[in-house]
Amino acid sequence: MTTSTSSQSLWQRVTAPLSSGPAAYGFLALYVLACSILLVTNPRTELSTDVVFVLFLLSMLVAYRSRVAAWFKVILGVFALGVVLPYFGTLNPFYIDVATQAGIFTTLALGLNVVVGFAGLLDLGYVAFFAVGAYAWGIFSTPQISQINPAWGPVDPVMFYPFLIIGLILGLITGVLLGLPVLRLRGDYLAIVTLGFGEVIRVVANNLDRPINITNGSQGIRAIERPPLIIVDQIRNLGVVADDNRLYQLFFYYLVLIIVLLTVIVVARLKHSRIGRAWEAIREDEVAAVAQGIPRVRMKLMAFAIGASFAGVMGVVFASKQLFINPPTFDLLRSINILVMVILGGMGSIPGAMLGAIIVTMLDLQILPRIAAVLREAQAAGAPIPRQFDPTQYQRLLFGLLLVVMMIFRPEGLWPDERRREEQHEIEIAEEELEVDKDAKPTSPNSGR
Amino acid sequence: MALLEAKNITKIFGGLVAVNDVTFTVEPGSIVSVIGPNGAGKTTFFNVLTGIYKPDKGRVVFAGQDITGWRSDQIAALGMRRTFQNIRLFGNMTVLENVLIGMHVHLHASIWSIIFRGRTMLREEAKARNKALELLSFVGIADKRDELAKNLPYGDQRRLEIARAMAGDPKIILLDEPTAGMNPHETAEATQLIRRLRDERDITVILIEHDMRLVMSISERISVLDYGSKIAEGDVQAIRTNPRVIEAYLGRGAAGHAA
Repeated sequence: MTTSTSSQSLWQRVTAPLSSGPAAYGFLALYVLACSILLVTNPRTELSTDVVFVLFLLSMLVAYRSRVAAWFKVILGVFALGVVLPYFGTLNPFYIDVATQAGIFTTLALGLNVVVGFAGLLDLGYVAFFAVGAYAWGIFSTPQISQINPAWGPVDPVMFYPFLIIGLILGLITGVLLGLPVLRLRGDYLAIVTLGFGEVIRVVANNLDRPINITNGSQGIRAIERPPLIIVDQIRNLGVVADDNRLYQLFFYYLVLIIVLLTVIVVARLKHSRIGRAWEAIREDEVAAVAQGIPRVRMKLMAFAIGASFAGVMGVVFASKQLFINPPTFDLLRSINILVMVILGGMGSIPGAMLGAIIVTMLDLQILPRIAAVLREAQAAGAPIPRQFDPTQYQRLLFGLLLVVMMIFRPEGLWPDERRREEQHEIEIAEEELEVDKDAKPTSPNSGR
Repeated sequence: MALLEAKNITKIFGGLVAVNDVTFTVEPGSIVSVIGPNGAGKTTFFNVLTGIYKPDKGRVVFAGQDITGWRSDQIAALGMRRTFQNIRLFGNMTVLENVLIGMHVHLHASIWSIIFRGRTMLREEAKARNKALELLSFVGIADKRDELAKNLPYGDQRRLEIARAMAGDPKIILLDEPTAGMNPHETAEATQLIRRLRDERDITVILIEHDMRLVMSISERISVLDYGSKIAEGDVQAIRTNPRVIEAYLGRGAAGHAA
């Protein structure tokens, strides 16, 4: 016990000066810069790069949590995520793909967090909304559309941009359509119905190749269009030599980054509004919330529809980025995976959902395959590891264990929701304005007690 | 004209007649009590008035509108608020946020003005916070505005529940045993607060209460329920001497001795 407290105080002695004051600025700048240089100078795909990549992403978390000015955090963020990471991506496309996937799932986790974390509605079929967006762009951008009606042809790839909005609206509509009948259910019943709905969408996608071939069944949809790159010529003129695939990776990275940013802003503002408060109240005590005049079904429907709309947008992006979608892409496991991100991060917490999404995606795509590769090398070198042992095969087991351990030791999640009062800052400014108004106006006679 | 009129309300659970043909009228600006032994159907009657239960028979008219069968939130929005016998605050929200929730029906910021942080939304929030703070000082817990509701001492939780009910600018507040579990000093303070609700804010009050000293000192009219039926109604003096009331409370035979 004594050792743990003394080591903790040592830890605090080291970190305290680094998390605030002028030293923090230097430390953070140095940290981000060092990781950036290490990344850019060592763009091979190997274990050391993985470690640096994780440290690099971790720097964003450290910066976010340390007490430095907001502008400094913004500069670090723009530098790291807007400049270094994409440049590194041109050197090693594997990592930018991991980053883009992480971004896609961050948005999904943030969307599901609205439903599960804010409003407390357990949705086990969230991926259905993702599928709706993906299939919308998949069908309309490929010759698949001609299967429905021979007179129709695929839309122009530039329609991708309006389709982001259409994806959002489709997600919204699907959310309302599912929500209307089921939101009168509570807790477990809702979970079961949403689970069923998620499967229904997948099965429909799997079987809607007859009598009219709408989804191309289990074959999936191939050769999904990517939008034309708008400023590609200008970039080439700058002397950057890059083939289309590299440019598309960058394009999708930036697009996803922008969508994540917008999602965070929208979700954070909703959370700290009358709507977010109403959701929280419903989650805490439904009867008491309704007794305050909060329309229960309408607010739940809103949470459902808003959460679904983020998935709808990302579906469009996902289909276009992957070029290929098929029904198994949208199976139950995917819904569970997103739910795991939310729970791992901390239900109702925005940074938590993001952290959860990044951790799960990295484990999935990068860390587990890397451990597998390292083990295989060791095997080849004669280490006594059974040939059958492949860590990627144990991914689900690992997630399961991770969740069990979490629920025992940290049930509130890695980054639980904190009531951050800074968010109230703008409202307080408006409050001061009101005060000024009040002073300016002489007290009206009927305002007296 | 009566502010609230319940006509021939009957509520049956299975074979149990919880409320039996109760008629009840409340004039605006009054403080009215509903008393009765445990299990007399007082809280069920409140739940019917506030829309948590639908009556099996009878009608409820509030502020000139027939609200029979309305949803709870609609009734709350029309200006009838309540507190709960077993305090139901939003424990993990702050004191201030609890009051803001009570204001929900008066906040109209659209989803767009929330997303874009429009000036109207910011001003609305600022105004709401000002009003919430004012209500908190009215009930005397303004200094605790940033504490989580679940961390408040018992008496303050009761006060917060009243502030939350006031936040909707109600015409009438139904208080379900507001002094349950309070010591005499706290009860005296609560009595004071209830009186100020009516005197300073023009809010009509209906009270379910077991503390007879409180009921007798504050009520203008009292209705007595027993086994779901209204057995008496009248002013304090009439109720105090009503043999049926004494019988309901003390048992058959007691009425004769008391007189």
